Amino acid sequence: MKKIGTIAAAVAAVGVMAGGASAQTKLSMWYHGAGNEVESNLVNQIIDDFNASQSDWVVELESFPQASYNDSVNAAALAENLPDILDVDGPILPNWAWAGYLAPLTIDEAKLEGFLPGAVGRWNGEVYAIGLWDAACAIYARRSVLEANDIRVPSLDSPWTGEEFDSALEKLASSGEFEYALDLGMAWTGEWYPYAFGPFLQSHGGDIIDVSANMANGSLNGDAGLAFGEWWQSLFERNLVPGTDQDGADRETGFLDGKYALQWNGNWSALPPLGQFGDDMLFLPAPDFGNGPKIGAASWQFGISAISENKDGASAFIEFAIQDKYLAAFSDGIGLIPPTSESAQMSEKYRPGGALEVFFELSNDQATLRAVTPAYIVGGRVFEKALADIANGADVADTLDQAADEIDADIEANGGYM
Amino acid sequence: MPAHKFVRLVLKYVLLAWIALIFIFPIVFMVISSFKPDLQLLRDSASLRAFLPVGDLSLENYSAAFDRAPIRLFMFNSVFITAVTVCLSLLLSSLAAFSFVFLQWFGRSVLMAVILATFIVPFETIAVPLLLIVNNLPWLGLDGFKTGWLNSYHVQIIPFIADALTIFLFVQYFRDLPTELVEAARIDGATWFQVYRRVIIPLSGPVIATAAILKFLVMYNNQLLWPIMVVQEETYRPVMLGLQYFFQLNTAWGEIMAYLTIITLPVLAFYLVLQRAFIASIASTGIKG
Repeated sequence: MKKIGTIAAAVAAVGVMAGGASAQTKLSMWYHGAGNEVESNLVNQIIDDFNASQSDWVVELESFPQASYNDSVNAAALAENLPDILDVDGPILPNWAWAGYLAPLTIDEAKLEGFLPGAVGRWNGEVYAIGLWDAACAIYARRSVLEANDIRVPSLDSPWTGEEFDSALEKLASSGEFEYALDLGMAWTGEWYPYAFGPFLQSHGGDIIDVSANMANGSLNGDAGLAFGEWWQSLFERNLVPGTDQDGADRETGFLDGKYALQWNGNWSALPPLGQFGDDMLFLPAPDFGNGPKIGAASWQFGISAISENKDGASAFIEFAIQDKYLAAFSDGIGLIPPTSESAQMSEKYRPGGALEVFFELSNDQATLRAVTPAYIVGGRVFEKALADIANGADVADTLDQAADEIDADIEANGGYM
Repeated sequence: MPAHKFVRLVLKYVLLAWIALIFIFPIVFMVISSFKPDLQLLRDSASLRAFLPVGDLSLENYSAAFDRAPIRLFMFNSVFITAVTVCLSLLLSSLAAFSFVFLQWFGRSVLMAVILATFIVPFETIAVPLLLIVNNLPWLGLDGFKTGWLNSYHVQIIPFIADALTIFLFVQYFRDLPTELVEAARIDGATWFQVYRRVIIPLSGPVIATAAILKFLVMYNNQLLWPIMVVQEETYRPVMLGLQYFFQLNTAWGEIMAYLTIITLPVLAFYLVLQRAFIASIASTGIKG
């Protein structure tokens, strides 16, 4: 009898414990970093800390490979199977918000003060997502090469003008020391084109889509667009840069091997040349083509799905994740730019005097969002094709007209994305 | 042997050897590169060194690849999904083909034409409707009854069991078999299923091998779009989806080559086991890939 009583008590205790556990509501979370061990460890650390910090919610992570993440989310949205928390690439955010995948965050905006502009995902006046980092592009260069060719070293306060930039490229090309003066990264297709080259168009005064007019005609193919297109094509005609047939291996090693004098690249690739060239290595700001020097902004950000039944919990997690210590940890782990000056000061590479400090400043001063509209998802792809065609000799005006028409047709087909 | 015949023979072998080299080069490149560090791999890729085991060679890419992705799990998933699909496909397709060739029933020609017409429908066009269907189908599993097939093995198997090519292969092969065998078996009192099992299938080794290899290759190599859409849990991901674990901001090319070398092994092994029957079948049916 005593034995039965003990068993009954044990069963009751297990029942109470199980009841206690079930009081925590599960929050499902999707993340694009499968295969990146460092990134996974960091995300898991934040989740573990959050789960241990309170008793209402427990976050469960599912990681996806980045290459197929967006397709997985689109399919899950069709199947009404989205998680509570998901991450979204900055330029795609307006489309996902418009399509009803994401819900606006209810986070106190005061907590977002001091964030880099690219790290806060806004659309239609609402904040939909927050990034734990941003990325930035710069012109990779070597001081010794610039000095040997009598080229001024530009600074954030005094970047090259468009003319200076062209003149520098001509000098480097005519030196005969390099296969090409500049490597733009034509071998990297996809989002690289609008992310890396769109800011050149913006600096000329155009854009892929004029968000206020909700159309591409006049913006992509206006006077500024044409000036950009002519300049872009001339880079290839003058043999200053490798074309669309660039070997991917050359993109990876060409600057390190001295094939290219300059390289247009992101902060994520900065450490190998810094290791190889040491103090000789420079990360230079984008040139100013007339409307200010500009680089791309907005990377991956955390948001809440519109069908989540646990938006309070999801919001609590995102607020928890944007603590400076985690932002700095991410930067130290994966090398991307911390989104606040406080976290930058805590980070190893972006603190004042750190090896990559300049990228934080670049991001702060020059970062420009890609057209913040649901139409960007098509606009970016059309822009990529147009740039490749122009690089390969297509007529600039005709190509940009066609591209603008295609983007506007998509906007019209989707009812203006209203 | 006359001199001109000898010269022709030598030229023939040189040409064949050259063609064989062209086909083997990508595999050699993959295997050799899997032992090289990234920077060396990229630098060697522009020269013949890419095909030579020179420089700094190690097993580090293999070790890193196993750290980056659960390769054993992905391999098991792919082999399991492929093996089950191939077995069920051979059974159902051969039964269907038997019915089309040997049984007389109303509308079989029309139905065969409809099945063949599905050849021209790319999977991408039916992927979304198929997703919506499987998402609402019931399933009774070990964990009870539930609605929706997402995140499972069966969602990656059942939609692919029957396909036009496999049925077509069996139909073509069965049509060339002597009908007297079937008639004799029927006169001796065999049921239709006995004719299928005791007469037709024992004679169908070459077409079974061909269909198995083609189905294996399609299932093993093309597991990408559909798993992206229906598998959100790592537990059920196949090798092709696993390959995407290696495309990061800075792509790990050496690890990719190591991963590809590992996942190519089952395909090579399967082909080597069945190659005689496969070649015999191609020679007899005139079907080319």
